[in-house]
Order: sequence, then C-alpha cells, then structure tokens
Amino acid sequence: MGNKQTIFTDEQLDAYQDCTFFTRKEILRLHGRYHEMAPNVVPMDYTKDPDVKLPMQLIINMPELKENPFRERIVESFSEDGEGSLSFNDFVDMFSVLSEMAPRELKAIYAFKIYDFNTDNFICKSDLEKTLNKLTREELTAEEITLVCEKVIEEADMDGDGKLGFADFENMISKAPDFLSTFHIRI
Amino acid sequence: RKTDRASRLERKKQEKDKEEDESKEEDSCSQQNRASRKKNHQQKNSDGKKAGEEGSRQRERGKKAPTKDQKESENKEKKTNKKEKEGDDKQKTDRKNSTTSSSNSSDEESLSEEELAMLMEQVEQKKKLIATMRNKPWRMMKKLSVLREAQAFVEKFEGALGKGKGKKLYAYKMMMAKKWVKFKRDFDNFKTQCIPWEMKIKEVESHFGSSVASYFIFLRWMYGVNLVLFGLIFGLVIIPEILMGMPYGSMPRKTVPRAEQATAMDFSVLWDFEGYIKYSALFYGYYNNQRTIGWLKYRLPMAYFMVGISVFGYSLMVVIRSMARNANESTADGDDDNFIFSWKMFTSWDYLIGNPETADNKFASITTSFKESIVDEQESNKDENIHLRRFLRVLANVLIICCLCGSGYLIYFVVKRSQTFSKMQNVGWYERNEVEIVMSLLGMFCPPLFETIAALENYHPRIGLKWQLGRIFALFLGNLYTFLLALMDDVNEKLAEEDVVKNITHWTLISHHNSSVGNGSTATPPPLDPADVPRGPCWETTVGIEIVRLTVSDILVTYITILVGDFIRACFVRFMNYCWCWDLEAGFPSYAEFDISGNVLGLIFNQGMIWMGSFYAPGLVGINVLRLLTSMYFQCWAVMSSNVPHARVFKASKSNNFYMGLLLLILFLSLLPVAYTIMSLPPSFDCGPFSGKKRMYEVIQETIELDFPLFVAKIFSYVANPGLIIPAILLMVSKYSFC
Repeated sequence: MGNKQTIFTDEQLDAYQDCTFFTRKEILRLHGRYHEMAPNVVPMDYTKDPDVKLPMQLIINMPELKENPFRERIVESFSEDGEGSLSFNDFVDMFSVLSEMAPRELKAIYAFKIYDFNTDNFICKSDLEKTLNKLTREELTAEEITLVCEKVIEEADMDGDGKLGFADFENMISKAPDFLSTFHIRI
Repeated sequence: RKTDRASRLERKKQEKDKEEDESKEEDSCSQQNRASRKKNHQQKNSDGKKAGEEGSRQRERGKKAPTKDQKESENKEKKTNKKEKEGDDKQKTDRKNSTTSSSNSSDEESLSEEELAMLMEQVEQKKKLIATMRNKPWRMMKKLSVLREAQAFVEKFEGALGKGKGKKLYAYKMMMAKKWVKFKRDFDNFKTQCIPWEMKIKEVESHFGSSVASYFIFLRWMYGVNLVLFGLIFGLVIIPEILMGMPYGSMPRKTVPRAEQATAMDFSVLWDFEGYIKYSALFYGYYNNQRTIGWLKYRLPMAYFMVGISVFGYSLMVVIRSMARNANESTADGDDDNFIFSWKMFTSWDYLIGNPETADNKFASITTSFKESIVDEQESNKDENIHLRRFLRVLANVLIICCLCGSGYLIYFVVKRSQTFSKMQNVGWYERNEVEIVMSLLGMFCPPLFETIAALENYHPRIGLKWQLGRIFALFLGNLYTFLLALMDDVNEKLAEEDVVKNITHWTLISHHNSSVGNGSTATPPPLDPADVPRGPCWETTVGIEIVRLTVSDILVTYITILVGDFIRACFVRFMNYCWCWDLEAGFPSYAEFDISGNVLGLIFNQGMIWMGSFYAPGLVGINVLRLLTSMYFQCWAVMSSNVPHARVFKASKSNNFYMGLLLLILFLSLLPVAYTIMSLPPSFDCGPFSGKKRMYEVIQETIELDFPLFVAKIFSYVANPGLIIPAILLMVSKYSFC
C-alpha cells in the first residue's frame, strides 16, 4: 500500500511477514520499539541489514518483560549467541513466537528452552528448583521445594530417566488448558 | 580447553541431530512420491549426511564453526545444483553425485514426463516450506536464508516447468496465484488495522491477566457480529422503508391514533416505547404490506422475511466458525488430575502481566496455590464422612430447585398482573415497569444466593464454579421462557380481540362512507383520516416493545450495578478507611473483583434477547450496537479504576468453546419462539409487512409465483417435499460434522 517508509525494503518486509506471524504494520511498530530502546545505536535504515545487537539489560527492562520472572531466560533462548543480546531478527522472532497466533507446538519448543536453565536439553531437578524459586520468590521451604519437584518428575517423566526430555514436556504441556493463554505476550 | 571442546562437540552433535531431523522432515514430505523416486531420496539423504559430515570435518580441521545457516545454504545450494543437473541431464561426476536416476532424453529443452512431474513435486515442496516457514523453530537468520533459497528455486523452475504443452496457461495460473497471495496479504494487513481497542485491551491485560481480558475480547467480537447484523437490517429493511415507502401519517398503521395523540410526545410515554416511537420504523407494525415499493420495485415483505432468517443464519455461521477455530486449543479434560503440579509449575505465570502490583499479587497467589496443593497431597487420605456430604449436596440442590421454581412462578404472576394493569387507567410508574424490575432484581440477587447455598456442597472450586454457572444459566433461561409463555397468553388474547376489531373497522368505514357521501350521489367519499381508523391490537409490535423494554432495563440495571457495586464501593473503601473501625480494604467490603463469568453470561443472554426480538423490532439491533460500544468504554474504565486482580484464578472452562457452546445453545433457544410464531400464528390484519396473509411464510410462495418463471414454481413444489428435505438436512449436518 503506502510505500512511504524507508526503514525496510519491500522484499525485507515480505520476508518478515513470511517468517513471522506479524503484519507489515506490526513489524514497523516493532522496529520502532527496538529503536527507542537505544536510539543512538539502532539505525533507522535497515535496508542494508546492519549488524546491530542490543544487550540483555536493555531488553529485559521493556515494560512487557519487566515483571516476568523468566525474562533473562526468555531473552537468552532467542539470542543467537546465547549470551542474551538480541539482533532485530531475534527480537522479532521472540515476539512472534510469544504472540497469539503462534501454534502450540512452536510455543512448546521454546517454552522447553526457556525452562531449561542449564541448556542441556533436559529439564532436570535443578532446573525445576530454579523455576519454582523464581515463581514463588523463594517463599517455600526446602522440603516443600523438594516435594514439588519430585511430584513434577513423577507426573511428567515418561521414559524414567529422572528428568524431563522434550517429548515428556510436550506430552504434558499439550494437555494443559492454560498454556496458550498464559504463554502469550502482546506487543 | 577441555570444556571448550566438549561444548563444541556437544553443539556439533546437536546440530547434526537437527540436520538429520531436517533431512528426515524433508524426507517425510516427499514420502508421498512414487517409488520410482526412492533412489533420488536415498541420494538426497546421503547427500544431507555427507554434507553434515563434511561440515563437521571442516570444523575439526580447526576452521571457524560455520553458522547453521551457512551450512544450510551450502546444503540447499548443493541440492539445487543436483536438481539443475538432473533437469539438464548432464552426467557430471561430482563428489556429491554418485548416479542420477534420470534415464530419459538428454535433450536440454524438453523435459520428459517423469522429470517434469518430479520437478513439479519439488517445486510444490518448496512452496509448502515457504508457506509454513513461520512455524519452524529455527533462528530468524536461518529462516530468512532458507526462505530466500526456496523462493529463488521456485522462481527459477516455474519457468522451466512451463515449457511444453500448456506453457502459457501454466504461467498465467502462476501469475494469478501470486497476485492472489499478495491480495490476501494486503487484505489481512488491512483487517488487522481495523481491529479497534487493541491498546485498551493490552492495558487491561497487563493489569489483570489474561482471564479478565478474555471478557473484553469476547465483547469486542460480539460488537463485530452485531455491527454486521445492524448493517443487514438497517440497509435492507429500514432504509428502503423510510426512503421509498409511504411516509408517516399516510396510513392507519403509520399514524398515532387520535386518542393517543395528546400524550404521544411525552417523555414517559416515549420511555415506554409508546407514542411516536411505537409508530416508527423501529417496530414491526410500521411496515407496509405493499408487495413492491418505489421505482426500484423493491420487494419489502420478502426482504423483511429473508433478512429475519439470515440474521439467524449469519449468527449461526459465525458462532460455528469461531468454535471450529478454537477447537485446536481445546484439549483433553481440564480436570485431569495427572499433571497438577506440572501445570502449576509451567503454566501458572501469566506472561501478559506488566504491572508491578499485579505481579506481586500473582506471586502471592502462586505461592498459596502451591502450598495448598502440597497440603492436599499430604492429606490425600483424609477420612471423609461420605453420607453427610451426599446429604448436604442433595439438600443444596433441592433448595436451589425451589428457588428456581419460585422465581419462575413470580415472573408468571407479575406478567399476568401487568396485563390487568394495562387495562386500567392511571397506572403509576411502578406498575408500568413492574415486570422488568422484578426480572432484573431476580437476576441480581439469585446468583449470590446460589453461591451461599453452594457453600454446603464443599466442591473443588473449579467444579463449584461450573455448577454455579449452570444454575445461573438455568435461572436466566427459566425466567426468559416463563416471560415468553406469559407473553404468548397475551398474544392469543390479542388475536381473539382482532376478530372483534376487524368487524368494528369494517362497519366504521362503511358508516363513514354513507355519512360523507349523503344520499344517492356516486362521488368517491373522502378518505377517513388515518388517525381515526379503529386499530387492531397488532400483537407483533407489542411483543417487540416488550422485548425492547426488557433489554433496555437490563442495560440500565447492569450499568447501575457496576456504578454502585464497583465504583461507589471503591470510593467508599478508599475514603472511609481513615475513619472506620476495621480495615475496610482487607476486611469486609474491600475492593471488588471483576466477575468474569457473570459478565460473560450477561452478555450471552443479552444477545439471546436481541436475536429473539430483532424480527419484531428491527431497531433493536441498533440499540444493542450502541450498548456494546458504550459498555466497552464504561467497563474498561470501571475495571481499571475500581477493581483489583483476582486473588485466585479459576477459569471456568478449558477454552473459549465453553462460552461459545452456550452462545450456540441460546441461539437455538431464541430461534424457537420466532420460528413458532412465523409458522403457526396468523399475522395481524392491519399492521406489518405480512398483513392480510394467512401465515407469514406465504410471502415466499407469493414471490415465487409472481416473480419467477413458471417452471421455478414447479421445481419448488417438488423440492418442498418433506421426504426430500429431511435427508438433505441430515446430509448437510453430517458433511459439516465430518469436515
């Protein structure tokens, strides 16, 4: 429609629309948000694909992520270098997966990555403990934490290796009634 | 150093696994092919593995680890190269290519049938990949580069495929397909721009979480549906009648009777929807039964009937489509006990929360919820007195059934009384509005009563909530149907009255002719002033008015409840807290929580009344659109200013389909009375678009006989055989349920 914007070429916008669940207007809005976090670093002209990354500290202070106990893990899971700095591509990718239109399977894959604190492709007991502590701000006693973690492994571990692989996690989360509505960020 | 290598090896193994997954994925895509292409696939697979090994060998030599997408693009390039070679059928030796499977002509230009089919299959695969790119769990860089490769491949070979027979047609088809995709994308972009209130809902979400916001999303969806219905009714029925029909005052049905003219403009009369409003295009009685109106020959009665039916048809279609769309997320039983702790751990945090206070509340409620589950788990062998529990539950149900019957009887009694009132003179404001007041009061006080009784039952909160919703549903339904039954009595009375009035009108007209003409003269008598013609009781308009009044009073009661129950309460708690004995904020009144299920049920029932009344009062849908619009702003403001986030969140339903199911049920239940009156009651003789006919649906027969060529009428008379219609309906239903 109106080609007044000079931030992206039309091919870039089309490619973004094919690779995410966003419309043209939303992608431009995302760029605006990305830019306003660090106006001196992020260029307005993305037609040449500049290699700009924003550090984790800036991203986790966004209003949408500020109160989330898992914000560092979310940003780390989408960052290409694993350190938490996001390029614009990763930024768009993150919000695309967390948007309303992403399907359950895709969200389950990334949820697994987020809750896997030590990135060993398994959610083991220490990952569960960390998750629980973040959720309850360490208000539970050590006994209660152990009990809950054991219960979780008992409920979800199908192959009996004492930790949750992706198949176990997906089996459990696919039946959860609240997963799609809670694993959702609106931007 | 060791950890470095270990992590590199790990990453390499991961990437290799992913690589194999990908090649398996592409493999499974193309499993649909014929067996003759198996060799090709084996080659592709081995190519993929070889590339993977190549890549890892490269890394072992100490080169920098290529990024995933570089390897992918390498792979893709090699695959495209291989296909190019096969397409051209050159026998080039390559460390990748062992043998090609193509054995046909070596001519560069004309491709054999087999190769053509193969190529087309690959192009289709690439297209499918492009279409599902956004669902792939890869990094964005990789998605972008794979997309670029796939698009390049498709473009390159679409041209090649076009050679041979049907080249022009194929190119044309491709161009149209591309244009269609672009058009759809632009349209989707445009549609999302049109969606209103996005930021408002986001604010509510970040403060209250997803469950409260789901009510507002539902409200917005309702607003869209009502807007479409309003457009249908307004554009196809009201506007033609106003523009092309006879104006006000030209006919008896369009004029206020002489007796009422003195008070027709009073506010109290207008508020009751009598006076000038009753004789306007808002109600059924205004419409003329002329078969065609205006220079366009617009068939108004036919249009009125068809619009009435299509209102239900469109609503049905929209509700079912919404249910189908939500059906993916609806999963197994939400009361599944198998994953309590897992779900609490992984799905209890609401990612939409952006407000610090709400986050604090959420942390507290999650902690409480865990502690409760732990306690439940530890005491899972609690000894319970089953008999006492059962007795209490039976008692509670008996009490509630008594309440429901009592409320039903009360409504019947009150409606009967209002009929006697309408015959009296000098009725006060209370007597006139008694029915609406009683129904609204019942709707306001019975649900909390049910909740108190339900405390006897001691259910798990989620199950208790379901029982509560079911009972409120039964209450509203019972009230509505009792109201309708009482109204039907009224209608039957009016029908009996009609015969009498018909006679009176007939004789009045004759006597008027005789008196004005005098003796012997044959001149045409001056017409009787429309205001003086004795009128029939016009039961349709009465029904329309009753439903409109009920709707309006329901709206008012809702708004006043919100204002008093939420806002005034919040003001009281905030300002009186300084000088009160106990802590108002933590103790008794405290701030209200947003009652999601109550509000959603209210919305659903309101819509049911609209569906019921829109046939008899076309203006009702317009009133509803205004109501939904103001509701959105009013309730958003009320929620943000006076409510607090829930202490415990229990969603009543696994998915939105629960409320959609209720909506569907209400749609059918409100269709029943309308269908009954259309099929079996005779329309009034002097008002509405069907006056003069024996039954309302006769308008269809009339249109077919007079407006369509002869054979169409014959066809319809054959098709209208019940023996044909019933199987046809069953076929459609079964086709829909299988798709």
